[in-house]
Amino acid sequence: MFRRIWALVVKEFLALLKDKTSRMTLIIPPLFQLLIFSYAATFDLNQVNYAVFNQDPGIASRELLGYFKGSPAFKLADTMEHQEQIAPAINDQKVLMVLHIPQDFTRNMLEGRSGQLQVIIDGRNSNTAMVLFGYVNTIVTSFSTQWSQDHGWASPPAELKVRTWFNPNLESRWFIVPGIVGLLTLVVALVVTALSVAREREAGTFDQLLVTPLHPAEILIGKALPGIIIGLAEGSLIVFLTVNMFGVPMLGGLGALYLGMALFIISAVGLGLMISSIAVTQQQALLGAFLFLVPAVILSGFATPIANMPALVQKLTLLNPLRYFLVIVRTVFLEGAEMSLLLPLYWPMAVIGVVTMIIAGWLFRNRLY
Amino acid sequence: MSRGLPGWRRLKGLIRKESYQIIRDPSSIAIAFVLPALLLFLFGYGVSLDAKNVPIALVVEQPSPATASLTGDFQDSKWFEPKHFNDIHSAQEALRHREVMGILWLRSNFTRELFSGGPAPIGLFLNGVDGNTARIVAGYVQGVWGKWLVRYAQSQGREVTLPVDVQQRIWFNPEVRSTNFLVPGLIAVIMTLIGALLTSMVVAREWERGTMEALLVTPVRLREILLGKLIPYFVLGMGGQILSVAMAVWLFEVPLRGSLWVLMGVSALFLLAALGMGLLISTVAHNQFVAGQLAIFTTFLPAFILSGFIFDIGSMPGWVQAITHVIAARYFVQVLQSVFLAGNVWPVILMNSVALVIMAMLFMGLVRLRSRKRLE
Repeated sequence: MFRRIWALVVKEFLALLKDKTSRMTLIIPPLFQLLIFSYAATFDLNQVNYAVFNQDPGIASRELLGYFKGSPAFKLADTMEHQEQIAPAINDQKVLMVLHIPQDFTRNMLEGRSGQLQVIIDGRNSNTAMVLFGYVNTIVTSFSTQWSQDHGWASPPAELKVRTWFNPNLESRWFIVPGIVGLLTLVVALVVTALSVAREREAGTFDQLLVTPLHPAEILIGKALPGIIIGLAEGSLIVFLTVNMFGVPMLGGLGALYLGMALFIISAVGLGLMISSIAVTQQQALLGAFLFLVPAVILSGFATPIANMPALVQKLTLLNPLRYFLVIVRTVFLEGAEMSLLLPLYWPMAVIGVVTMIIAGWLFRNRLY
Repeated sequence: MSRGLPGWRRLKGLIRKESYQIIRDPSSIAIAFVLPALLLFLFGYGVSLDAKNVPIALVVEQPSPATASLTGDFQDSKWFEPKHFNDIHSAQEALRHREVMGILWLRSNFTRELFSGGPAPIGLFLNGVDGNTARIVAGYVQGVWGKWLVRYAQSQGREVTLPVDVQQRIWFNPEVRSTNFLVPGLIAVIMTLIGALLTSMVVAREWERGTMEALLVTPVRLREILLGKLIPYFVLGMGGQILSVAMAVWLFEVPLRGSLWVLMGVSALFLLAALGMGLLISTVAHNQFVAGQLAIFTTFLPAFILSGFIFDIGSMPGWVQAITHVIAARYFVQVLQSVFLAGNVWPVILMNSVALVIMAMLFMGLVRLRSRKRLE
């Protein structure tokens, strides 16, 4: 029995790797994408173009603007003279933000009143707008604190002291890069498996396979193993690069991570094979792969938190193996989570893997065209 | 001139053949209509960056009227769902297990310090693993706290004046509804998938089955073969685009401030680029299996991460920004977000349209080049 499975595994590997384009497709894109996406995918703002429309000749505005000039998050792109210059600059996306300081800014502040700062932000990407506004608030707060001290203003009766665990600078890169590990591992597992049965069905060789002494379970294992092996190999490479190139801290144990990765890849391979055995043609299999991949990524908590989704959609995400794996990768990397703490995340992936494999194996024989 | 007419007849034949193929395998129609409807429905309702009902732990070590008024404000806020804990240790345990996003800690000396006039400390702990959400939550807490502070000081007969009063004006989307920017961006991602899915298999399929060679020995020209492939799928893709825009406007109530005709014109340009990329994949791959693999790798994730749909391109390192220029979705996202939310901003529309035309011509040119080489 092992010899039969082994022969099938060898054949599957040959089918994947003997063609040069196919070989390249499996290796080059994931590595390049890891490199590019890891630098691209961040909510942190950097060198955002802004313009200043300052009508106030006083010192307070100059000091405040100095704070903005000193921040690496902002880049002064334009200085305006008239109110009318604001709209075109924002509309044409020359700047993302305009700081408008009215004439009486310094005078008000020297007389103990609040000076008014108007912040105009391009809201076409509302998340960027919110993050930007947060940055502005932080800068203004530190300026205000300094000003209060220098000019003997009364301190407020209470103050908020913020402390952040695990990621003190709130860098979203640390959150996103481990997520990319999950994304790319999923894509690799799908690429290897989603078309494999459909291709044989379209070519007619799957019927031949079914009339051999191979049991459907053996065919299933033979089809699944290459996906699992390639998935684990590329997953390991991606983890290695994440730690060594991007300096994401790896606080937890490799055991906890690898148990999660193995179960995740098994569930992804199961889903890929199920899609592949439902499809009659490769085009249908490709459609099926996208119909699973796109929701799996967007509803995984990779970029937008699951907690913000409506209750019904949150329930739906329980069927998504990437959802569990992302939490595992992030907690193992950033919080040093132990295996025992992750048990509630391991078993759902195991269940998804087993159920989809059984359905795929059943479809081998029961879907003949 | 005499060659023009028979060419058109050949093209009509090819288009008719391709159309039969589309009608007989329902998966093409599913790609154009079911895929956008399903994905937009799922994401329009499912994805949001607006945190609401954030679970937050409140630890009050010594209750007093002052602490009650502060915790009452959190109770009333639509942003928070406060949970009360008796001591900081159990709250920290909850933070570790992600049952709460943050902890607001009022120590036993809070009320005393508040009355003696010195700044009374309020501790806020956040789980920073998701830095973006943590930052948003910190902003919300500051908002609730700031309002309370002013009210409390007034009730004590004191005036709290902050040196700077920041007035925020967020243009185009004043209520900061994330659906308004996510849905137009999603249309770009979905149209990328439709374009690639529709065409990435079709030329590869002909090569795989040997029907391409059969076609090539007929009087049909290469240009006619490619046009014959392109036109039916273009019509199908535009159908999907119309459906997506209709869903965005009527179902998700995204305002369409620009002109519908401009939107459709740019969509047509983008669709040409997306279909061209699919044809290129199909031509490079020789067979459907590799074409499918390439399509999965090169369409969705790049369009999702590098298009500016969710991550700001301006904040990426320079070399990554340069790479985003080869992603057609990048140009489309900018036009979509502008035309939907800001109106007909011509500099943005024209610049990106030119880029889309160049990309479409580049892909088609490469397809012709690669196909001609195989003939030799």
